[in-house]
Amino acid sequence: MSERILDIKNLEINFHTYAGDVKAIRDVSFHLDKGETLAIVGESGSGKSVTTKSLMGLLANNAEVVGGSIMYHDQDILKKSEKEMQSIRGKDIAMIFQDPMTSLDPTMKIGQQIAEPLIKHKKMEKKKAWAQALDILKLVGIVNPEKRINEYPHQFSGGMRQRIVIAIALVCYPEVLIADEPTTALDVTIQAQILDLMKELQSKIETSIIFITHDLGVVAGMADRVAVMYAGKIVEYGTVDEIFYNPQHPYTWGLLNSMPTLSSTLLEAIPGTPPDLLDPPKGDAFAARSAYAMKIDVEKQPPFFKVSDTHYAATWLLHPDAPKVTPPSEIVRRQKLFSQMNANKSVRA
Amino acid sequence: MRKYLLKRVFYMVLTLFLVATITFFLMKLMPGTPYSNQEKMTPQQIRIMNEQYGLNKPVWLQYLIYLGGMLHGDLGTSFQYSNQPVSYLISSRIGASAQLGFQAMVFGVFFGIIIGSIAAINRNTWIDTLCTILSIIGKSVPNFVLAVLLQFYIALKLGWFPIADWGGFSYTVLPTIALGVGPLAETARFIRTGMVDVLNSDYIELARAKGLTKFGIVYHHALRNSLIPLVTLIGPYTVALMTGSMVIENIFSIPGIGEQFVKSITTNDYPTIMGVTMLFSAGLVVVILLTDIVYGIIDPRIRLSGNGD
Repeated sequence: MSERILDIKNLEINFHTYAGDVKAIRDVSFHLDKGETLAIVGESGSGKSVTTKSLMGLLANNAEVVGGSIMYHDQDILKKSEKEMQSIRGKDIAMIFQDPMTSLDPTMKIGQQIAEPLIKHKKMEKKKAWAQALDILKLVGIVNPEKRINEYPHQFSGGMRQRIVIAIALVCYPEVLIADEPTTALDVTIQAQILDLMKELQSKIETSIIFITHDLGVVAGMADRVAVMYAGKIVEYGTVDEIFYNPQHPYTWGLLNSMPTLSSTLLEAIPGTPPDLLDPPKGDAFAARSAYAMKIDVEKQPPFFKVSDTHYAATWLLHPDAPKVTPPSEIVRRQKLFSQMNANKSVRA
Repeated sequence: MRKYLLKRVFYMVLTLFLVATITFFLMKLMPGTPYSNQEKMTPQQIRIMNEQYGLNKPVWLQYLIYLGGMLHGDLGTSFQYSNQPVSYLISSRIGASAQLGFQAMVFGVFFGIIIGSIAAINRNTWIDTLCTILSIIGKSVPNFVLAVLLQFYIALKLGWFPIADWGGFSYTVLPTIALGVGPLAETARFIRTGMVDVLNSDYIELARAKGLTKFGIVYHHALRNSLIPLVTLIGPYTVALMTGSMVIENIFSIPGIGEQFVKSITTNDYPTIMGVTMLFSAGLVVVILLTDIVYGIIDPRIRLSGNGD
């Protein structure tokens, strides 16, 4: 097994609001190994961004970590002071934000914005930091970097700005890179370029990536492993093949079913809306929207059932006593492909 | 850039010309005459005086004569202070006013930025509330009240600074504070509002994600971006303060120009009114140009074309 970099255990985060405590993250556990890309998938409000902000120690003021631990190597990030976090942020764990149009300081030259983490973390002199900033600008594919390093963000297009944001995140060669929907604000051709760039840089810099998205299409090409989040919980996780071709949780089915494929004629939307996390449901949070819900789903939280060594899903459907159900036809098609793939593998082995 | 500047200077001159024209005719519409005891004067005396000061000529001619004089740098002679040229009247008194106004502005803006930033950083805490209350007090307490309080407690009771009069720097401290509290409060409000917005922006979050310290974030990223709305305020405010404050100058018996201006209006001292108005307008147009240039320095997005670096 490769080296474990991040190990998140039983993380619980509440947001204090006037209406009461919103239980945004409910008992979330996952891990990240060296060099891999973990995608966290889920709809808006499922807690993807909150989870990653807690990794950076960048939670909003009204957020409170109620329980759990975030182990970065052998140190618990949740126990670190703000000062200690400052020396981790940008150096060991860096982040790419969603909207490149607003995430650069409009009044500062991009050279300085890229050099800042170096000056802060590596105690570099300005001149040396700028030289390194120039190198990383070349690396992220900015044309004519010698000139452009002196320009301001408004002189760049959206895709170029996201390259700069990536350059800022990578300039200290972080161990972990958190990408919070890095391509959502970009148009599709630029999206592909940015994703290719991230993959290319990942192998060059040897960083591990946590990739947050609601776009399953992006996940397929990027991730090694996928965790599906719903209503503040991880409902299923596994390798990218396992999640795409052998999904077990009805929510994952719904997500895949709502994703266009070459053969699909009609896209199925998941009915209903996510539950109110001020007062989260007792059982499986997805039960109210699931056509496969059983009585126990509304009564009791399902534990994780093991599907394979790498694949777990929190649904009562996997309980030995559960009735056999037939997933949507698209999922059945995928599962067939999956067993073929496995058959091929075992033949080859 | 040079073309732009030439154009701007042309518009400035045009503006000043319009101000001079409008002020001149408005002034002539004011009731009364420059003579304080007209009822005791004989018609002949009045005629002689009018002739002496050129007031017997038709208004349009007076206007042309005035403009002509102004082109040669001659602002006329004060009625009030017999035979004192207005330019001398202004130049001998503007120094004190300008120094005081400038000091007050520097004091106010400097501390206003600090207080406004502290309030924004500690938004919705008691510190923020305290700063807000202080700036409301600073804005709503008239500066003459503050001036008298400063004189009584700091000058009279503690004896740290002179009560009044005009001498060295120590004489300027209390009037500077009294005059600077207004801009201080205003600056604090502007900076707080601006910075609260800026601190919620994505690029501040990115700056935090870089691992910068709180101070580093505010100093390197938030401050500059919050200054932009303030620049608009500071320019005209500075000119207003530097061209004299009647109340403060009176209370601290400072030989400034503020009192002069008010007196000139009540006594229909036409050349002095014109002189001070033109001084104020000239200051304003220059400051507006400077403001536009400073804008470009602070925010590269509004940098003038051809001025990019």
